[in-house]
Amino acid sequence: MGNKKKVLLMGKSGAGKTSMRSIIFANYVARDTRRLGPTMNVEHSYIRFLGTMVLNLWDCGGQPNYFDNYITPQREQIFKGAEVLIFVISVETKELQDDLRLYQSCLEALAHLSPEAKIVCLISKMDLIADEKREQEFSVRESEIKRRSLPLKVTCYPTSIWDESLYKAWSSIIYSLVPNIAKFESSLNMFADIMRADEVLLFEKATYLIIAHSVRRKHPDGHRFEKISNIIKQFKLNASRYVANLHTMRMEIINGDLKILLDMLTPNTAIMVVITDPLVYPAAISLNIQTARKHFEMLEKLDRAPAMQFGDPKV
Amino acid sequence: MAEINPPELFIGSDAIQPFSQEPVSMAEQEAKPQIILMGLRRCGKSSIAQVVFNKITPNGTVLLESTTKIEFTDIETNTFLHYELVEIPGQMDIFESTVPMNHEGLFSNCDAVIYIIDCSDSYESALPYLYQIVTCAHKINPKIRFEVFIHKTDVLRQDGDKLAIRRSIYYKVTRDLQDSCLEAVKLHFYLTSIYDYSIFEALSSVVQKLIPELPTLENMLNLLNQKCRIEKSYLFDLHSKIYIATDSTPLDIAMYALVSDMIDTVLDLANIYDSGSDAKDANLSSTFELNNKSFLFLKKVNQYLALVVFMTGEDLQETSGLIEYNFYLFKKALENVFEIRTRKSKEKLL
Ligand SMILES: Nc1nc2c(ncn2[C@@H]2O[C@H](COP(=O)(O)OP(=O)(O)OP(=O)(O)O)[C@@H](O)[C@H]2O)c(=O)[nH]1
Ligand SMILES: Nc1nc2c(ncn2[C@@H]2O[C@H](COP(=O)(O)OP(=O)(O)OP(=O)(O)O)[C@@H](O)[C@H]2O)c(=O)[nH]1
Ligand SMILES: [Mg+2]
Ligand SMILES: [Mg+2]
Repeated sequence: MGNKKKVLLMGKSGAGKTSMRSIIFANYVARDTRRLGPTMNVEHSYIRFLGTMVLNLWDCGGQPNYFDNYITPQREQIFKGAEVLIFVISVETKELQDDLRLYQSCLEALAHLSPEAKIVCLISKMDLIADEKREQEFSVRESEIKRRSLPLKVTCYPTSIWDESLYKAWSSIIYSLVPNIAKFESSLNMFADIMRADEVLLFEKATYLIIAHSVRRKHPDGHRFEKISNIIKQFKLNASRYVANLHTMRMEIINGDLKILLDMLTPNTAIMVVITDPLVYPAAISLNIQTARKHFEMLEKLDRAPAMQFGDPKV
Repeated sequence: MAEINPPELFIGSDAIQPFSQEPVSMAEQEAKPQIILMGLRRCGKSSIAQVVFNKITPNGTVLLESTTKIEFTDIETNTFLHYELVEIPGQMDIFESTVPMNHEGLFSNCDAVIYIIDCSDSYESALPYLYQIVTCAHKINPKIRFEVFIHKTDVLRQDGDKLAIRRSIYYKVTRDLQDSCLEAVKLHFYLTSIYDYSIFEALSSVVQKLIPELPTLENMLNLLNQKCRIEKSYLFDLHSKIYIATDSTPLDIAMYALVSDMIDTVLDLANIYDSGSDAKDANLSSTFELNNKSFLFLKKVNQYLALVVFMTGEDLQETSGLIEYNFYLFKKALENVFEIRTRKSKEKLL
C-alpha cells in the first residue's frame, strides 16, 4: 500500500494528457495519439515500476462538466492522498487565464487534501511554436504560473509529444517518486568508477525513462538523456512489430575506442554503459554488468523488505 | 571465445579469387551518370530527394516550394554509387515547344528515369506525359530503365486500394505502349510513400539494377548466409539507408524496417558520444540481441557501406566468432571487387 503512488493528471480538454501518458506508458507513437477521443471522467491506470512501486495514474478528462465535478462533488475522492499533481496547459491555448483559473482551483483543493503533494506544470505542444520563440514563450508562461501558485512551489517543463522533451519532464517526475533513489545513485557511481566508464545510465525497463545516472566525464549535450530514452524507446516500439513479445534487448556499439553497451540489469531496469577508455574491453563490460546484477536486484528488494516484515502475519 | 570450426568458414583467404574473376563492366561514360526524376507538378519529386538524401523529416516536406528550374543533387553517398539525381520540375513540360530542351543531351547520359505519379490525385492525367517520355527517351537511349513510382500511397486507406491502383495503371500503360509498338520497353512499378519505408525500398531496387557488380555482391551475400546460417543480409549505404545489394531471398519490407531502425539507433547513439572523433572511420560495428534469440549484426566495411545481417535461433556465444571472421573476409573480398572497378576505369583511360 505504501508503495502505491497516486498521480493526478489534469488540465483542459485537448491539452494532451492522454497523449503523453499513452506514449510514455502504453507504447504509443506520437502519430497514434491523433486517434484519441476526449477522456470520459477519470481513467485509472496502474503502472508497476521497479517491481515494488505502483503508479496509480488518474487521467482526469478535462471537459468543463467533468472539471466542475472534480472541484465540488468529487473533491475529496479526487484530491485526497495524491503524491503529485501534473497540470497540463497547451502552449496554444487561447485563454491562458481560463487554464490558470482551473489550475488554481486544483491547487486550492490539493492544499487542503494533500498538502505534501508535489506540483508539476507541463506546457504542452511546444512543437507548434517556432524554434527560436520556444524559450521565450515558455518562460513567459512559467513565470505567470509560478506567480499564480504562490505560496506553493511548482516546477514547469516544456513538452512536445514529437520530441524528447516529454522524456525529460517525465523522467524528473518519476525520479522524484522512486523511494531509495539515493542508494541506486551511489551504487551506480561505484559501478561507474570500477568500470572506468564515462557514464552509466539506469533505465526503467518498460518506459526507458532514466531514473538514475552517474557521469564521470563531462559531456557537452545537456539534453542527451532524454534523447537516448527517445531513441531506445523508438527502436523498441519498431522492433516489436517484427519480434513478437519483445521483452529483452541488448545493444553493443563499438566505434574505435568508444564502447556503448545497453543490457537488462534487473527484471525492471536496464543499464547503459559508455566507455572511451581504450584499456577497457567490451567483454569486460558484459562481465561486470553480470556481476552488478545481483547487487541491484537486492537494492530493488530492499524497498520491499519492511513490508514483508510488518506485513500480514498470516503470510 | 568460441572456437571457429573450419568447415563452417565463409571462404578461405585463398578462395577470394573467384569473385574477382567475373568480368565487371564499367560505366561507359566518364561523365557522372544520371538518374532523372520526372512527373507532374507537386507529385513529390523534391520531397523524395530531400527525405532520402538530405534527411528532412517527411512532415518537413510540406513546406517545400514548387521547383522552378532543373535541380541537380550529387549522390556521392558511397563508393559504388556515383550518381547525379536530376529533378525536372513539373511546371517544365519538356515537350512544350517554348521550353528550350535538348532531349538528346538529357537522355543520352541517363541510366534511369523515375516517373512519379501522385496517386492522391487523378492519376490518369499523369499517364500521357509518361508515354511521351518513354517514347522519346527510348529512341535516344534504349538502355534507359523506366521506373514508375505510384507515390503518396499513405493517403490510401487500404492495401487493397493500393493494389487496385497499381493494377489499373499497369494495364493502361502496357496497353498504350503496345498500341505505340513499344511493348519491348519494360516499365517497373512501385508503391511508395515518404511516410514509411517504401520509398527507401523502391530506391534500393532502382539503384541496385544500375550496379554492374550486383551479381557478384549477391553471390557473396548468399554464400555468407549459407555459411553463417544468416536469414537475411544487406549491404547498406549508411547515410541514405538505401541498400545496394541483398541476398536472393524474397524482399521483406518488415525486415528492411527492422534493419533500418537498427542503423538509425546505432548512428544516433554513436553520434551522441562520438563528439570530435572522426565519424567516418570504418570501424563501426554493432550487435543487437532481441529476446535472447534474434540477432542483428552491423559492420562498416568501408567509408560508406555497412554489412547488416539478421539471424535467429543461434547461440550468440557460438556464432559471434564465426560471424566476425566472415565479416572480415567479406570486407576483404569487397575491397577486391572494388579494386577491379578502379583498375578497369584506369585501363580505359590509358
Ligand atoms: N502538436 C501537438 N499535438 C499534440 C501534443 N500532445 C497532444 N496533441 C494532440 O492533441 C489532441 C488531444 O490530445 P489528448 O491527449 O486526447 O487531450 P486530453 O488532454 O487527454 O483531452 P481530454 O481527455 O478531453 O481531457 C490529440 O489530437 C493529440 O494528437 C503535442 O505535444 N503537440
Ligand atoms: N501524403 C504524402 N504527401 C507527399 C508525399 N511526398 C510528397 N508529398 C507532398 O507533396 C507536396 C509536393 O511535393 P514536392 O516534392 O514539392 O513536389 P515536386 O514533384 O517536387 O513538385 P514540383 O517541384 O512542382 O515539380 C508536398 O506538400 C509534400 O509534402 C507522400 O509520400 N505522401
Ligand atoms: Mg484525455
Ligand atoms: Mg520540386
